[in-house]
Amino acid sequence: MAQKNIYEYDAKKFVASQLPNYFPEFNYHGKLAVITPEKLANFDRFVAENPWLKTDKLVAKPDQLFGKRGKANLILLDANLEQLKKFAEEKLDQELKIGNIKGVLNRLLIEPYIPHETEYYMSITSNRYNDLIHFSFEGGIFVEENWDKVIHIPIPFGTNIESFDLETKLPNLGKFNDVLIPFIKGLFQVYCAQDFAFLEINPFAITEDKKIVPLDLKARLDDTAAFLHIDTWGNPHNPIEFPIGIGQKMAKEEGLIKDLDEKTGASLKFQILNRDGRIWTMVAGGGASVVYTDTIVDLGYGDELGNYGEYSGNPSREHTEIYAQNIIDLISTNPDPQGREKYLIIGGGIANFTDVKATFTGIVSAIRKSAYKLKNANVKIFVRRGGPNEKQGLELMKQVGKETGVPIEVYDRYTHMTRVVSIALNKN
Amino acid sequence: MESYKLFDKNTQAIIYGFQTRPVQRMLDFDFVCKRKKPSVAAIIRPTQTAAIGYHKVFWGNKEIVIPIYKTLALATKKHPKADMMINFSSFRSSYPTSKEALESDTIRTVVIIAEGIPERLSRDLIRIARERGKFIIGPATVGGIVAGNFKIGNTAGTLENIILSKLYRPGSVGFVSKSGGMSNEMNFMISQCTNGIYEGIAIGGDRYPGSRLIDHLLRYEANPEIKMLVVLGEIGGTDEYAIVEAMKNGSIKKPLVIWVTGTAAKILPQGLQFGHAGAMAGSEKETADAKNQALREAGAIVPDSYEDLDKKIKETFEKLKKEGKIVPIDEFEPPKVPMDYSEAQRLGLVRRPTSVIVTISDDRGDVPTFAGVGLDKIIKENKSIGYVIGLLWFKRELPEFAQQFIEIVIKLTADHGPAVSGAHNAIITARAGKDLMSSLASGILTIGPRFGGAISNAAKYFREALQKRMTPLEFINYMKNTVQINIPGIGHRIKSVQNPDVRVQLLKEFVFKNFSKHPHLDYALNVEKITTSKRNNLILNVDGCIGICFLDLLENLDFTSEEIEDVIYSEALNGLFVLGRSIGMMGHVFDQKRQRAGLFREPWDQILFID
Repeated sequence: MAQKNIYEYDAKKFVASQLPNYFPEFNYHGKLAVITPEKLANFDRFVAENPWLKTDKLVAKPDQLFGKRGKANLILLDANLEQLKKFAEEKLDQELKIGNIKGVLNRLLIEPYIPHETEYYMSITSNRYNDLIHFSFEGGIFVEENWDKVIHIPIPFGTNIESFDLETKLPNLGKFNDVLIPFIKGLFQVYCAQDFAFLEINPFAITEDKKIVPLDLKARLDDTAAFLHIDTWGNPHNPIEFPIGIGQKMAKEEGLIKDLDEKTGASLKFQILNRDGRIWTMVAGGGASVVYTDTIVDLGYGDELGNYGEYSGNPSREHTEIYAQNIIDLISTNPDPQGREKYLIIGGGIANFTDVKATFTGIVSAIRKSAYKLKNANVKIFVRRGGPNEKQGLELMKQVGKETGVPIEVYDRYTHMTRVVSIALNKN
Repeated sequence: MESYKLFDKNTQAIIYGFQTRPVQRMLDFDFVCKRKKPSVAAIIRPTQTAAIGYHKVFWGNKEIVIPIYKTLALATKKHPKADMMINFSSFRSSYPTSKEALESDTIRTVVIIAEGIPERLSRDLIRIARERGKFIIGPATVGGIVAGNFKIGNTAGTLENIILSKLYRPGSVGFVSKSGGMSNEMNFMISQCTNGIYEGIAIGGDRYPGSRLIDHLLRYEANPEIKMLVVLGEIGGTDEYAIVEAMKNGSIKKPLVIWVTGTAAKILPQGLQFGHAGAMAGSEKETADAKNQALREAGAIVPDSYEDLDKKIKETFEKLKKEGKIVPIDEFEPPKVPMDYSEAQRLGLVRRPTSVIVTISDDRGDVPTFAGVGLDKIIKENKSIGYVIGLLWFKRELPEFAQQFIEIVIKLTADHGPAVSGAHNAIITARAGKDLMSSLASGILTIGPRFGGAISNAAKYFREALQKRMTPLEFINYMKNTVQINIPGIGHRIKSVQNPDVRVQLLKEFVFKNFSKHPHLDYALNVEKITTSKRNNLILNVDGCIGICFLDLLENLDFTSEEIEDVIYSEALNGLFVLGRSIGMMGHVFDQKRQRAGLFREPWDQILFID
């Protein structure tokens, strides 16, 4: 439910397919291919599918949502097919460190090599009242150090760009004025019409015959708009992929909750931070979940925090039970090697309309089924919650503690929301 | 109403979407606040057919109605004073419906509940609101509340919470947050450490909320009844800097307690999406720490963590009190709202006698059951129609032979040509252009003593004969002299001893082979011996045979004589005939309809006219 990155390959294909609607002169070569370890294993077929690989000079670079690829020596320039194969063999499946995240390189984007002199920068961003065009004659890797040379042009929301006087804002385009203006305007229209949230071409080149060639391109789409674009990127049978960053893998437990989330009108979010963590949270509400996470980190237990997540919007008893079971399984699978206690914080503010009794019935059912596991892993449960049917809901929690012998401490609205965290951790 | 207020004690809203629970919650709130008129003027339900309908709601313990309109245009025309719309429509239709409201002349404030509205559409709504001087709360929010005055939809949840958080009368604190869930938590917290909330708004967790924290704070600043401000901000975006700016340039002077959540993000993996769509720091400036620091420097009261937020609020309030800036509140006991019947029932506080007893089926569980047998079992084990009839008519799992017998009867009775009264009536009705149900009913309505009645009549008299232990001859004489009718089930127009009815033969064979006892059939055959000696067409006919064999069927099942009496009394035999013959009558109706056969008119030469 937010802005999502897309692959450079997808972004280029997509922009190239849309841009001629507004800028018919855009004449893109359309030569794009992605090589993966699987495709490398069938290299001949890969080449047969992309015959231009044999004739063109080639560029190759990783397509996994990270930048500074040149500095990491991950770009191949002006190469022939043989050199490309060698480069792919060398780089694919190689482990990389991007910042402090480790990941494996498994996608290289291949395009024709375009000799050029000048590298231009442009991007489009948005704020509350404007969409903004950013343009610079000094693009490429030096754009950041030359940021003061970037021209920023706010376009008030809803402006018809066709009649917008862009020329005055971008003087000095010189001989390229007649291609650059319609190109920028066309791109802007694609950006708006297709619900982009960010689009950056850094750099693009202009060939001798005045053809514009995007070299590196980054884009984010507003995924909530997918339903408006079932004829393009939001096609439910063939949606554009929203990849996660390199080195980030969705765990099966996260996938389970994601699937559940997509099936319901309620909200169920779950992300594992540290499988060996001793503190796990099951918090109701997007706002409250942030506050609980803050509190655990403030108290110095950030590295012990098992997960981030939240459930809200009155999920059904069944869904809440699956969600709870998922966390209980994770916290109780491996007891702490040093035998220390683990803590499950079942927290939340005072709900507006989520039924505390119904959701807690689901959680209680999961606790009851897993009582042995929880005791075995030395898990203590701390509950704090309010909202519709809060008394009955909290009573259920007390009961299941008594019945099963799982240590459960239950607090109501009169205990400050996050105080259960310090109560839990100070008893260490 | 002053321009810094969005709603007060007289505000009435139009609810977009047929949301019965929030509507009732709003009215219950109105009642405990002693509002003079309901806060809901009308409901819009675009899926209804009628232009205007009515929805019943409780006002205390009275029932009142709220009109439901098909369109917003009609609602605004009928309720020109209702100046806000609470939009419950889904993320798909939220944009066009909110736009329509913003472009109307009468709606001033639109609350958008839906989550997942495309950012560009939200921004367009913001543009329209700006151009037309309108106000938006949301998207992705529960709404807000002006204590004692007006409550949006589900805000503040149950009445119990409203009482506990003292939201039925205004306090002195203006509160605003992104999170709807946290706003309710904060309502309660603030009620515990101050004299309570005056107004609390949740602007929603999207990147582009229709109104921002600052927009509400400026309203609170202008409102003399609000003495202090409390804000819960969030990581992501730069809206909190507008507060910093307003404090610096003096447009906010009232004491402001604020905490920006999301301080944990610095140690969490980059790119982790917190609960709200807007909750991700795109730059250092958007982090919670940076915002808290900037606010602190601008003079806001910022605690060290959320843990201490309540202490800071209390301190600030106590200081204002000492300065004599807080006017004491006229406390009152809010009126009690009666408990809903369903709630009382759930809690076991009331009981009510039922009006119907049902013993054959139950559809309350996951799978409907017939006499305790799940429909899934019936399908999976490929049970017969005879088996299903056994469950629903006799509440028993019938043995195989009984199921087969019932199916034979259904087949035998399924049709008897177009000329008999049932089929004929069905044909005439169908040809008069009537629907299937009417045509079938007109056919069925002919079933009775003369048509189809021979089956149950035969059963009736032969059963009586056996019960009274009459000899066959005594029975024949009894029917002739006392009852004075021909023996039902005896006699055929064409068939005779020499030319037997194959249907009767098959039925008899089945009974002899499968029924361990068949006293009624034996008896009837003895009667037939006597009648056929008088005339060779006075044979046991198919109707008689069905009725009599059905009596034998009951003898072969686990029925007591009282239960057999109940089966006969409840007209199960007529049931078999109606069921079987309906197949044929529907066939005739379909046949006529397929042909598009025109209206049937009896020719004059078929009628004898007498002057």
